[in-house]
Amino acid sequence: MDDLYRDYILEHYRRPHNFGVLEAPTASYEGSNPLCGDRITMMLGIADGVVREVAFTGRGCAISQASASLLTDEIKGKTVEEVERMTPDDVLDLLGIDISPARLKCALLSLDTVAHALADDTEEKAEEKAEADGSASGAQSH
Amino acid sequence: MADLATTQRKDQTEPARLDPYQIRADFPILATVNRFGKPLIYLDSAATSLKPQAVIEAVDGYNREYSSNIHRGIYELAERATGAYEAARAKTARLINAPEPAEIVFVRNATEAINLVAYSWGRHHIGRGDSIVLTEMEHHANLVPWQLVVQEKDGDLEFVPVTDDGLLQLDVYEVLLHLRPKLVAFTHVSNMLGTVNPVREMVEMAHAAGALVLIDGAQAVPHAPVDVQELGADFYVFSGHKMLGPTGSGALWARRGLLEAMPPFMAGGDMIREVHLRRSDWNEIPYKFEAGTPDISAQIGMGAAAEYLMALGMESVRAHERELTRYAMEVLPREVPGIELYGPAAELRGGVVSFNLPGIHPHDVAQILDRSGICLRAGHHCTMPLHERFDLAATARASFNVYTVPEEIDALAAGLRDVVRIFDR
Repeated sequence: MDDLYRDYILEHYRRPHNFGVLEAPTASYEGSNPLCGDRITMMLGIADGVVREVAFTGRGCAISQASASLLTDEIKGKTVEEVERMTPDDVLDLLGIDISPARLKCALLSLDTVAHALADDTEEKAEEKAEADGSASGAQSH
Repeated sequence: MADLATTQRKDQTEPARLDPYQIRADFPILATVNRFGKPLIYLDSAATSLKPQAVIEAVDGYNREYSSNIHRGIYELAERATGAYEAARAKTARLINAPEPAEIVFVRNATEAINLVAYSWGRHHIGRGDSIVLTEMEHHANLVPWQLVVQEKDGDLEFVPVTDDGLLQLDVYEVLLHLRPKLVAFTHVSNMLGTVNPVREMVEMAHAAGALVLIDGAQAVPHAPVDVQELGADFYVFSGHKMLGPTGSGALWARRGLLEAMPPFMAGGDMIREVHLRRSDWNEIPYKFEAGTPDISAQIGMGAAAEYLMALGMESVRAHERELTRYAMEVLPREVPGIELYGPAAELRGGVVSFNLPGIHPHDVAQILDRSGICLRAGHHCTMPLHERFDLAATARASFNVYTVPEEIDALAAGLRDVVRIFDR
């Protein structure tokens, strides 16, 4: 029996939860782990500051896929702030197995990708806001 | 194992047969066990090789007995160090039949050697619109330095494609040579597919088209006879740490005329003849390219490794590793259902076998095998474009050396069956 490849990890690998695409995600990001070629695209549907929908696609090792499956289950229904506060340890707790340093990047690719998707989302919103403010002030000066 | 003995031809030119079991006694690390008490089964020699006692002692001897700087001191220790360092250069030259030791520039590894040529030769000879021909099977080390050169100089890169069997498409190569490239650079042996390229023919074709040729020999020099004069190449690069030597050692070979015409790569001590406040004169080759104190003990260790390999006989090394490759390519498909092997037939390759198990990521394969003491490479092996060519995210890779025995390939097959069992349960 292998400590790492427990039944539930392999189950999440074979039949990952939330695997697929969202029609109209409000935030998405493609993350990759250049060392092993793992690639994950995270798609989030955020409304009123809450993650209402989440889906992911991609290919990778059992650890990275199981981690994405578990994490997407976990963040569904959470507020953006709650998700942003999640730490690597939270993900390792979800996985519930001992991850060697060489595999940490596999285990944490999903959280890293979610964080990037949220950061892009915030940035875009800020830009939109700045643009809106800019055109508003521009209009005033004329 | 019986077929290993019977497939051996018994003609006059047959090289002396290696006894890998006897060779294993020269490698102290093979006596170690992992955290589960399993003996080491090292199948990652294409990444770096294990080091024999002779190399360990050569490095240790320098540090214990005559640690001092080279080419400077006039006391006994310094003379010993300089002597050992230059003797290592002569042994390295002999290993690849270089015309003279002065044509061997010591560097940290093959990567540094290619960067040296890219900076020192490439930046002065590649101009706007000039092309460099590479292949799709290059290690990133023989790709990225040329990307930087053509980006800076507004030149072009062209690539010889790879067939589904993992061979270079020489008909396309011929067409690309009509572009009159300034340089052609390719690997002698692919570190992922194991393909042994027809380098002599490719050098002739390149020269006929007026191009210079750089050969990446990192996966060739440790495993087969290499004669740079016979190959006719202009630049030949390799690493010490893949040929049983220490990390931090490597060599660039180039023809004297080329090295003499090239400006220095790095500047500092030892590479100068005369220094004035506003100008300097360069030292003679190879010192012109060896600025600062080098990794003296590593290069001395590389010399010891060259000596060790020459004593085994490179023809014998090649025959041993070819037998292992043939054995692996026969045993793995038979014993491991669904395994997919990449690259050409055993006759056309060095001791490298890359593969995948259906539906199982190579990282998981390597992780599970680790428990059995089996060291296997998983990933893209610094050949992302080649993996893209075959639409693969990653592969697992087993690679062999003089100390590899067939029992280790049997252990790999058994380990892979375990992996399949764990994922199929």
